[in-house]
Amino acid sequence: MLQQKTPELVCPAGSLPALKAAVDNGADTVYFGYKNDTNARNFAGLNFDRKAMVEGINYAHARGKHVLMAINTFPQPDREADWQIAVDGAADLGVDAVILADIGLLDYASKRHPNLRLHLSVQGSATSYEAVNFAHREFGVQRAVLPRVLTLAQVEMVIRNTPIEIEVFGFGSLCVMNEGRCWLSSYATGESPNTVGACSPAKFVKWEKTPGQMSTRLNGILIDRYGDNEPAGYPTLCKGRFEVNGSTYYALEEPTSLNVLELLPDIVRIGVSAIKVEGRQRSPAYVAQVTRTLRAALDELGRGPEQFKVKPAWQAELGKVAEGTQVTLGAYNRPWR
Amino acid sequence: MSNGFFKSLTIPSFTLPSFVASVGNRLPQWPHAVALTAGLNAVVKMKLLPEDSLELLEGRSFLIDVLDTGGRAAFTFRNGLFRPLFAVPDTPDLAFRANLSAFLQLAARQEDPDTLFFNRTLSIEGDTELGLIVKNMLDAMEWPKFSGIPAFRH
Repeated sequence: MLQQKTPELVCPAGSLPALKAAVDNGADTVYFGYKNDTNARNFAGLNFDRKAMVEGINYAHARGKHVLMAINTFPQPDREADWQIAVDGAADLGVDAVILADIGLLDYASKRHPNLRLHLSVQGSATSYEAVNFAHREFGVQRAVLPRVLTLAQVEMVIRNTPIEIEVFGFGSLCVMNEGRCWLSSYATGESPNTVGACSPAKFVKWEKTPGQMSTRLNGILIDRYGDNEPAGYPTLCKGRFEVNGSTYYALEEPTSLNVLELLPDIVRIGVSAIKVEGRQRSPAYVAQVTRTLRAALDELGRGPEQFKVKPAWQAELGKVAEGTQVTLGAYNRPWR
Repeated sequence: MSNGFFKSLTIPSFTLPSFVASVGNRLPQWPHAVALTAGLNAVVKMKLLPEDSLELLEGRSFLIDVLDTGGRAAFTFRNGLFRPLFAVPDTPDLAFRANLSAFLQLAARQEDPDTLFFNRTLSIEGDTELGLIVKNMLDAMEWPKFSGIPAFRH
């Protein structure tokens, strides 16, 4: 029987303490981004300035870990140079790879920095092996992050038909998974991850507390209303409850987080190269908790898939930090075709 | 974790009995604000907080409401220092409300604010962007290393 390789654990960092928490708790690789709109997690006060990036890269490299830079939004008209400068900066800093979504930027990076390793971002929306292989052939992309819309069988189909590494999401908040193409936030606020680097920017969000309930509004639009003991989610349109034909319910999606613990043996068996954790907007505490848990699970799996069992303590730890305090297997486990 | 001080400590979730808050509510509130702002100013003086984020706090009013102790601390940030507000404003620019255990868990970086928000342990009212700036500023703060001092070694 072939020796199965444990996938690389790729963890998020929105700050230097988060990066250190990831490295200290067992991440193989950490990803981060600039404090600007080249970054799809461009939230107020989050992310790294140059000094913090240098320190973070040194911290990770000194411990044999890798650092990836996410430049994963789409260049805006007449501002292409800002995204190119971001790629130049990443090459200059000596990150181990850049995560890009835009075709034009991939082209620029491959020509300007032939030695810079390129990963295709989930925002690039490559869901088929043809799309993945196109990015490999044209720009030398060496890894693709697959959108969270594929079943496990479909992920396997991609892996069997591509020479490059495949990364999938293992844990984190789920959106409507229309990666790279979602305009719900723009519909409500005029701003979206692909234009300004933030979904439902905080300046448009209002949480109104009244006795017995809390209302969430995004740019004045009522997204949801929670009873005092009801778990809450992020203030995005996709996670809202709306009145449809006289009934009020989660019309698009519920607040929930993806959690693949149960599927880890299958993910390893089909040859996934890396497992990504979502959550650069979260605190160092979250990064430590999730990294520690997935590290323990991957190490356990490394001792042999036959006796691998998901420990209730792992599920409890991940369930606790999940959005809406509930988890799902997402599209991976969809019996219908 | 760099905050070795708290490393060996796990803070459980608890709620103090309601009589604590009913007593606490009747006590003067300004001592909390004085103590809290003194602590925050020490952190400012150690240059642990990024200046570009601090600038965004200028002139804004903040309220920390510890529900189960009945303790409230109101303060503002002006000319480079946090200053207590001796009267709690009716509508502060930003209010964080939670039980004592949640605030301790946050301070120890044991729990993530989003987690406590999702499970409704922490409530954030007022200017949400200001709240995010404060949260991210505290997250980015690197605690000084106490590991050189024997008492803090584990």
